[in-house]
Amino acid sequence: MPSLKDLKNRIESVKSTRKITKAMQMVAAAKLRRAQEAAEDSRPYAKRFNAVMAGLAASVGGSESAPKLLRGTGSDQVQLLVVMTAERGLCGGFNSNIAKLARQKAEELKAAGKTVKVLTVGKKGRDALKRDLGDDFIGHVDLSDVKRIGYANAQTIAKDILTRFDAGEFDVATIFFSEFVNVVTQIPTAQQIIPASFEATEGESTGAVYDYEPGEEQILADLLPRGVATQIFSGLLENGASEQGARMSAMDNATRNAGDMIDKLTIEFNRSRQAVITNELIEIISGAEAL
Amino acid sequence: MAQTMQFDLVSPERSLASLQASAVQIPGAEGDMTAMPQHAPTITTLRPGVLKVESPEGNADYLVTGGFAEIAGDSLSVLAERAIPMAEMTRDQMNALIEEAREMYKTAKEEDQPHGLVEDAAKLLADMEALGTHMSL
Repeated sequence: MPSLKDLKNRIESVKSTRKITKAMQMVAAAKLRRAQEAAEDSRPYAKRFNAVMAGLAASVGGSESAPKLLRGTGSDQVQLLVVMTAERGLCGGFNSNIAKLARQKAEELKAAGKTVKVLTVGKKGRDALKRDLGDDFIGHVDLSDVKRIGYANAQTIAKDILTRFDAGEFDVATIFFSEFVNVVTQIPTAQQIIPASFEATEGESTGAVYDYEPGEEQILADLLPRGVATQIFSGLLENGASEQGARMSAMDNATRNAGDMIDKLTIEFNRSRQAVITNELIEIISGAEAL
Repeated sequence: MAQTMQFDLVSPERSLASLQASAVQIPGAEGDMTAMPQHAPTITTLRPGVLKVESPEGNADYLVTGGFAEIAGDSLSVLAERAIPMAEMTRDQMNALIEEAREMYKTAKEEDQPHGLVEDAAKLLADMEALGTHMSL
C-alpha cells in the first residue's frame, strides 16, 4: 500500500503528463490544418501533370526509343524501396505502419530472389528498419531541419534517386508513405515511381491531338524526372498530414488515459486518507477505554 | 468566337492564378509564343522567362523558371516549377535565382553529369542572366 505522500506525488506527475499530451495534441491539430492545406494546394499541379503525362506516355510509351524512366530497364532484379517516414515519434502507429509495409514488401521481394536496396527518408523509418534491413541501406535523407516541406526538398530526393538510376544501381523504385484519409485513418501506401506509371484519368484526355514543341520524346525526357519529383512531393505532403493526424489522435488517447488514471489515483488517495483517519480514531478511542 | 479562355497557373506548391484571359505570352523552350482562344492544342516546355497574361480585368506578369504549358483550345494551363508574380519580384530575388543557376552549372560541370545536364545548366544560367538584364530592375 503506497503512502499518502506517494499517491499525491503520482497524481501530480500524471497531471503534468496530461498537460503535456494535451498541449501536443493542440499543436498537432494546428499543424495538421497547415499540412492539409499544403497537400490540397499541391493537388491541382499533380493532377494536371498526371493527365498530360498519361497522354504523352500513351503516345510514345510503346516505342523502342521511349526514355528508360518510362520503359524501365527491361529487368526488375534490383528493387529500390524509398521509405518515407517522420522525423519524430509519439504519433501512434504512423511510423511503424509504414515500416511494416516496407518490411513485408522487402521480404516478398527477397523470397522471389530479388535484390533489395533501401533509401530512408526520415529518422524513424531508418531506426525501425535498421535491424532487419540494415545491410540493404544505401542512403538516408534527413529532413529534421526542414520546418516546412517545399518542392525543393522533393527535388533533392528525386535527384539522388535519378542519379542512382542513371548509374544503373537499381531497376525499379517504389516509394512508401502514408496516405491521409482523415484524422483517424491513414493508409500506408506503396507506389512505384520508376518505371513511371500514370493512370489515365477519366475524361481528362479531350481526345485532341496536341502539337508538341519540342518533340514528344524530348518533352517526355524533360518531364519524367519532374514527374518523379512531383510524386515524391505529394508523398511527402501526404505523409506530413498523416503524421500530424496520427499524432493528434494518439495524443488525444493519451490525454484521456491520463484523465482516467488521475480519477483512479484520486479515489485510491481518498480511500487511504479515510483509512488513516479511521485508524487514528480507533487508536484514540481504544486508548481512552484502556484508562 | 470565344473572346477569352480559362487560364490556370499552378506551381507544385500552390495554384497562383485561375482566370479568364484573352491572350497569354508564353516563354516556350523554342521561342516565345502567344496563345489566344482557339489556339491549336499544343504542349510546350518552358524556359525561364516572363509569362504575360492579358485579361479583360487587366494584365499580369509572372516570372517562371521552367515547366510546361498545355494549350487546349479554350483553356491554357501553365505548370511552372516556380512562379513569382512580377510585382513581387525584386533585384535581390533575381540575383538569388541567378546565383542558384550558377551554382547548379558549377556542380554539374564538376561532377561531369550525363544527359547533357551540363548544357542544360549552362542554358539555364544564360537564360537567367538574360532575364535579369531584360527586367532591368
